Amino acid sequence: MPEPTQTDAASVPDDRGRSGEPSWQPSERELERRSFRRRQTRRSVLVSAGSTLVFAGLLLWALLGSPGWAKVQASFFDPEVALASLPRILEGLWLNIQVLVAASIGVTLVALLLATLRTLRGPVFFPLRALAAGYTDLFRGMPLIIVLYLVGFGIPGLDFFPRVPVAVWGTLALILTYSAYVSEVFRAGIEAVHPSQRLAARSLGLGHGQTMRRIVLPQALRKVTPALMNDFVAMQKDVGLISVLGAVDAVRAAQIESAHFYNFTPYVVAGLLFVLLAWPMIRLTDWVSARMRAREQAGSIV
Amino acid sequence: MNAATDTPGLLRLRGIRRSFGEKLVLDGVDLDVDAHQVVALVGASGSGKSTLLRTVNLLETIDDGEILLAGEDVSDPRVDADAVRARIGVVFQHYNLFPHLSVLDNVTLAARLVHRMPRADAERRGLELLDSVGLAGFAAAFPDRLSGGQQQRVAIVRAIATGPELLLLDEVTSALDPELVGEVLALVRSLAEGGTTILMATHEMAFAREVADRVVFLDAGRIIEDAPAHEFFTAPREARTREFLTRFLRE
Repeated sequence: MPEPTQTDAASVPDDRGRSGEPSWQPSERELERRSFRRRQTRRSVLVSAGSTLVFAGLLLWALLGSPGWAKVQASFFDPEVALASLPRILEGLWLNIQVLVAASIGVTLVALLLATLRTLRGPVFFPLRALAAGYTDLFRGMPLIIVLYLVGFGIPGLDFFPRVPVAVWGTLALILTYSAYVSEVFRAGIEAVHPSQRLAARSLGLGHGQTMRRIVLPQALRKVTPALMNDFVAMQKDVGLISVLGAVDAVRAAQIESAHFYNFTPYVVAGLLFVLLAWPMIRLTDWVSARMRAREQAGSIV
Repeated sequence: MNAATDTPGLLRLRGIRRSFGEKLVLDGVDLDVDAHQVVALVGASGSGKSTLLRTVNLLETIDDGEILLAGEDVSDPRVDADAVRARIGVVFQHYNLFPHLSVLDNVTLAARLVHRMPRADAERRGLELLDSVGLAGFAAAFPDRLSGGQQQRVAIVRAIATGPELLLLDEVTSALDPELVGEVLALVRSLAEGGTTILMATHEMAFAREVADRVVFLDAGRIIEDAPAHEFFTAPREARTREFLTRFLRE
């Protein structure tokens, strides 16, 4: 029979000190290994730099050597046109940013609502559950551009809201489509929180709502942060699609400018601006995903 | 027997039945726990110990029977289950600490959200309790920084932080490495000595013998023997109890 160890609760050790030996010096063998590794690293850096240069050189040579390059350069990469069209395109990009901010907030709210509706149990909530499920099915299947047309031209046609700018309808279409995707991400996160967490919260007397808000959602959000950021990056460039409704955003401004200069350079400018806008978020997403992967592999709980 | 006319013990279970599909897990369980008593539930895995504890805390519904807590029938569907759960502390086998909250927040969560205690008061009380189990130094740490034994001690503190009338312990040492079992049992022992009413499912026979007032042997959802701890281990009445104890002693 296992005899429990007789320890007094008060005398249980607090923390076990983990100080390393201060007098430790790396051995000869270890120093030799380290210098070998340093040589290896230096070699790989040189090799990759060399291969990049050769590759870029070949690409440039092929591009510049192609028979039509001069014409393409003149109509797509004209620095004067780029500079002249930049102010208008930036003005349009400001509209994209506003739409992006409004849509992000809207998507978060609608998606959270949808995800919560889909996790409700009990027969009373069947219609809400079914509605939420139908919604996500519909808007995940429907191409964004068609939603834009239907919302942007259909709703104003009702003549209920005569003076609403088209950008607002564009934002609404983005919210409709993206909240369907994002709600599925939220739902996956909610379901990934272990049931024992809910059990522990309820055992303390927390109600269903408190458990959801304080215990389940915070853990769910942590689990799906990379996926959410990825959807945000996708939406960041899809805000350019509101131009099909006639809103003068960066894409529409580029279209106007390129008609004016009879030159395609403004499109390249607008494209680069979108990349610049999205780039910090793209890097951040990669960094967060990598960090979370590292944490999981370190064997931490959750 | 009409339970309502009984003198109310703290917890009285009468004819508790619960089945999962075809499998009958609890087959008419009667059990009393008086205030300041420690009752140990023993039995093989799958004998219904955990299910019985969960039914007491209304985390599991029952098919029939009555659960009386301080004389009130809490198995009545009109009773506010959250309010009942707030009066009972539970410690799980796998600790189930909230990984996104600090140790102190884990401990004070119920006081703040359920009992509406001001944060400062809840934290003062939480720190006192953590200090009494030698874990005040971990108040700001997150649970994954703690050893299994430390996590389980935090889970026990979390369960008793709001001063529950009854403490349920569900095999609280079964998931621990052998060298960590002692620190958790020591804490349970000091709670028992302090007068906490405890109903615990356990595999630690020596501990049950030492700390429990009564030991209840559960087999296939029925109570086979319910006896004072000393008697249970030295002179079991039932053949099946003897068989269980022999098997356990041999292992």
